[in-house]
Amino acid sequence: MASSGLELLWVSLPQLAKGAGQTLSISFLSIAISTVGGVLYGVLRTLNVAWLNAILRIYLELFRAIPVLVWLYLLFFGLPIFFGLSLPSFWCAVLVLSLWGASEVGEVARGALHSLPRGQREAGLSIGLNAAQLYGYVLLPQALKRMTPPTINVYTRIIKTSSLAVLIGVVDVIKVGQQIIERTYESVLIYGALFLFFFFICYPLSAASRVLERRWTQA
Amino acid sequence: MSALVEFQGFNKFYGEQQVLKGIDLQVRSGEVIVILGPSGCGKSTLLRCLNGLEEAHSGSLKFVGRELLDKATDWREVRQQIGMVFQSYHLFPHMSVLDNLLLGPLKVQKRQRREAQQQAEALLERVGLADKRDAFPRQLSGGQQQRIAIVRSLCMNPRVMLFDEVTAALDPEMVKEVLQVIQGLAREGMTLLIVTHEMAFARAVADRIVFMDAGRILEQNPPEIFFTNPQTARAQQFLEKFSFVATLPETNPTKELEPL
Amino acid sequence: MTFDYAFILSTLPAFLKAVGVTLQVGFIAIGTSLLVALLNATILVFRTPYLQKLVGLYVELARNTPLLIQLFFVYFALPAIGIQVSGFTAAIITMTFLGGAYLTEVLRAGVDAVPQAQLESGRSIGLSHGQLLRYVILPQAGILSLPSLFANFIFLLKETTVVSAVAVPEILYTTKSYIALYYKTYEMLAVLTLICVLLFLPLSLLLSRLERRLQHGQFGS
Repeated sequence: MASSGLELLWVSLPQLAKGAGQTLSISFLSIAISTVGGVLYGVLRTLNVAWLNAILRIYLELFRAIPVLVWLYLLFFGLPIFFGLSLPSFWCAVLVLSLWGASEVGEVARGALHSLPRGQREAGLSIGLNAAQLYGYVLLPQALKRMTPPTINVYTRIIKTSSLAVLIGVVDVIKVGQQIIERTYESVLIYGALFLFFFFICYPLSAASRVLERRWTQA
Repeated sequence: MSALVEFQGFNKFYGEQQVLKGIDLQVRSGEVIVILGPSGCGKSTLLRCLNGLEEAHSGSLKFVGRELLDKATDWREVRQQIGMVFQSYHLFPHMSVLDNLLLGPLKVQKRQRREAQQQAEALLERVGLADKRDAFPRQLSGGQQQRIAIVRSLCMNPRVMLFDEVTAALDPEMVKEVLQVIQGLAREGMTLLIVTHEMAFARAVADRIVFMDAGRILEQNPPEIFFTNPQTARAQQFLEKFSFVATLPETNPTKELEPL
Repeated sequence: MTFDYAFILSTLPAFLKAVGVTLQVGFIAIGTSLLVALLNATILVFRTPYLQKLVGLYVELARNTPLLIQLFFVYFALPAIGIQVSGFTAAIITMTFLGGAYLTEVLRAGVDAVPQAQLESGRSIGLSHGQLLRYVILPQAGILSLPSLFANFIFLLKETTVVSAVAVPEILYTTKSYIALYYKTYEMLAVLTLICVLLFLPLSLLLSRLERRLQHGQFGS
């Protein structure tokens, strides 16, 4: 039984790889966009401009109040109706995960920037740095270390949440797995394999995050 | 002679509370002003208004004749000419000493690296820290970091230097090395505004003592006059706190004050 | 674009029921997760050698895999080896599995924050394990963990939307069903959004206030 299971996995590898490619593409794209967007959010929030803060806060609370899966459906069903746009489900997923991810990374960035001593900002301003230089040369480099472990955790969550894309029709690794199950009825094997697939991607990341956190809080 | 820095009827509020009340102060080029006063009297706030770290509310603040309380003021430009050194030095921990010094000259003033580095190294030499050029702040003592913070401001070639209680956070052994640097600057004729609690130093270096209390300037006098013959009761009370000369409880403090 | 308000009103009873299901699944999951976490925390506190490692393994497995996969495994894969469960049961089992791991971590952090000396002084005045836990450790760990616990409760409530994938009639599933039946996509999505905002936004704001009050920084004091 076990050998035929492994055989099945081996034979299905090309298909599964293609599906995994979709899953990982969605994840990586979202991670990249979230990182850029998140740092931007963090910087903008710490500028303390009232109206900007209000808008960003609303954005944050919208993505906190409405679960990611609901957002996926809102965009997937809603975009065609609201804007006449028909976005393929792959890009719906990337869009939602990026926006949500950016809010999460953004809060990490904001917290990190906020935790820096106020004097760093003042010292930078006192030698005539403008905002871009202040953040670029003084604040962000220092915030980066503090940001990294929690941000890696956000990345892990993005990867796990990308699994929801199958529910709006993306042919990702889960969908492929389900197709194989339909043919072969090997549900335990396939779902087990999917379980391990995500585990072996996410666990190293979590472990790395913990190691970095331990190492850098001792510095 | 026109003043380099001029406060006129200057006011600042923190919400409902008025922290600076009708400040009138003129500083001439080359003068060394030491601002004294009890905690919370607004002396640090006054300094911080001068380089725009605090916003003012009304009155006038002129620098080289130009009004600074103007929406059009480019504080970046002003800050290059008014340098500030903080109590907690605030060197940039992720940069070497040299990079700390060169950040302003290279990125803000867009100077040539060779020239800026020459100046930085010469100044480091002058404060006795030339060998720390490539060190990182965390490897240095408080006194060393503060001297480097002073050099960092000097590298911008300012016309005025502000010192906000720069020795208050230092271990006593390191206070003198920092004060000597400031004294050196005073001798060279740089315009200085100093907030400090170091009375002996104030007496030695100041051209004029400005005494503040509760947001107002109560007295402005040369140090010999201020320390031996304070004009106001508040100033007398203040100086009392720093004196270890025993005074008889019933006598009038003004008559009985001993030279320190 | 005009709303069909009459239609919306007609669906309200169904949505109210759906909210009920959401809360039901959510609260049961919170309860069972908490029980699991307390059990695990006890094992961790008393450092039972073999069980401690097991708890660690469980936490890593549950935290590093998606809820959806866990759900599909329980609902679709287990029948193949003879275990058949309803969507509702699968949802509870899975969310307990996931929630238990998250809450275990919260409690562990809280317990870690209680100094070892407390355990020792408690033992030295003769407290039993149970008493130690009840009077010394849990109270202190509890206060520290409060914001984090609350945050995870909210998380579990929001994750109930995922169990719509196994036909549990919570808010998302209900919305999808009505869209499929009546094609009133615009109206149904609006109702769903409104419900989410009314349900989860106050909780999130409450959490912010709780965090601010307890002054717990993420990056140290």
